[in-house]
Amino acid sequence: MKSDLLSLAKDLVSALEKGDQAVADGLLDELAGLRETQLFKEIGRLTRQLHDTMVSFSVDSAITAMTEHDIPDAKERLQYVIAMTEQAADQTLTAVENLLPISQQLNDQVALLAEKWSRFLDREMPLEEFKSMSSEISLHFKESQTGLGQVQAGLNDILMAQGFQDITGQIIRRVIDLVHELEESLVKLISIAGRKESGRHDASHHSHHELPGPVVPGVDDKEGDVATSQVDVDDLLSSLGF
Amino acid sequence: MKILIVDDFSTMRRIVKNLLKDLGFTNTVEADDGKTALPILEKGGIDFLVTDWNMPGMTGIDLLKAVRSNPHLANLPVLMVTAEAKREQIIMAAQAGVNGYVIKPFTAATLKEKIEKIFERIEG
Repeated sequence: MKSDLLSLAKDLVSALEKGDQAVADGLLDELAGLRETQLFKEIGRLTRQLHDTMVSFSVDSAITAMTEHDIPDAKERLQYVIAMTEQAADQTLTAVENLLPISQQLNDQVALLAEKWSRFLDREMPLEEFKSMSSEISLHFKESQTGLGQVQAGLNDILMAQGFQDITGQIIRRVIDLVHELEESLVKLISIAGRKESGRHDASHHSHHELPGPVVPGVDDKEGDVATSQVDVDDLLSSLGF
Repeated sequence: MKILIVDDFSTMRRIVKNLLKDLGFTNTVEADDGKTALPILEKGGIDFLVTDWNMPGMTGIDLLKAVRSNPHLANLPVLMVTAEAKREQIIMAAQAGVNGYVIKPFTAATLKEKIEKIFERIEG
């Protein structure tokens, strides 16, 4: 660089001494060109530095937004998952606890009646006992009907309780996405700090889900723009002429 | 009466299937998103569609729109059973021509009521 300048300057001096204006002009242009290249290089370096700073700033603010808003939200979402799974387990266990004695009672009754019935078939039963067995059978029919009705209702409760898996699954998926985003941002921040950033920056914050998903009480219902119950949904639909 | 149940969670499909069985509808088929549901619908023979909204591949709302824009399926009754509860979404589903909208978590009684209402309208 320096030697280029020096030789250009010497050539310029000799051209001027000879009075060769055309050559001198050409050399002056060349000299100015050299200065400009350097200037552009410097501008390029500054631009890159500015870009890196901007990128790290946007990654910074993405992380800040996540820690200020999304992480506490995620905590509440996970709390809701715990509450829902607990509720489902409770509902299932309650149903089972209610059903087992019913099934046990019917089972005992059947065993008793089966034994009597086989004695009757073997013609070993006195008339008086037959009469009492008949009324026991009638009673058993009645109790079976009530009992089996309760069993059916309980089984339905158990069935419905399993709905938690869908809702909690959707919520957990979202939290996994958030953790993934956080991880990506941190990796970006580290690579910028180490000046290894490739320059390509994708600030696709929250781009995975356009759909809001399950409403978590205390998190998603603050704005008042969600239906919090089936009654809400029905009211809205009937206001639309449904 | 043949019913197609569409949900990406198999647990939810089983719940809906069992509830329908309890209501006397034993003939059901299942699909895990709109993309797999549409060919089943196009093949014909489905009388009622119960679908989730948020599914990978093709969402329930897109499935509903596809159904309404297909002349062979346009009148198919569609019940949406979904965790999506934003007002604007419910309105969007209504505008797309849904026949009923149930939000999760729901009760057996709610599902029964909505299904009965839909069939009443069709028959009446």
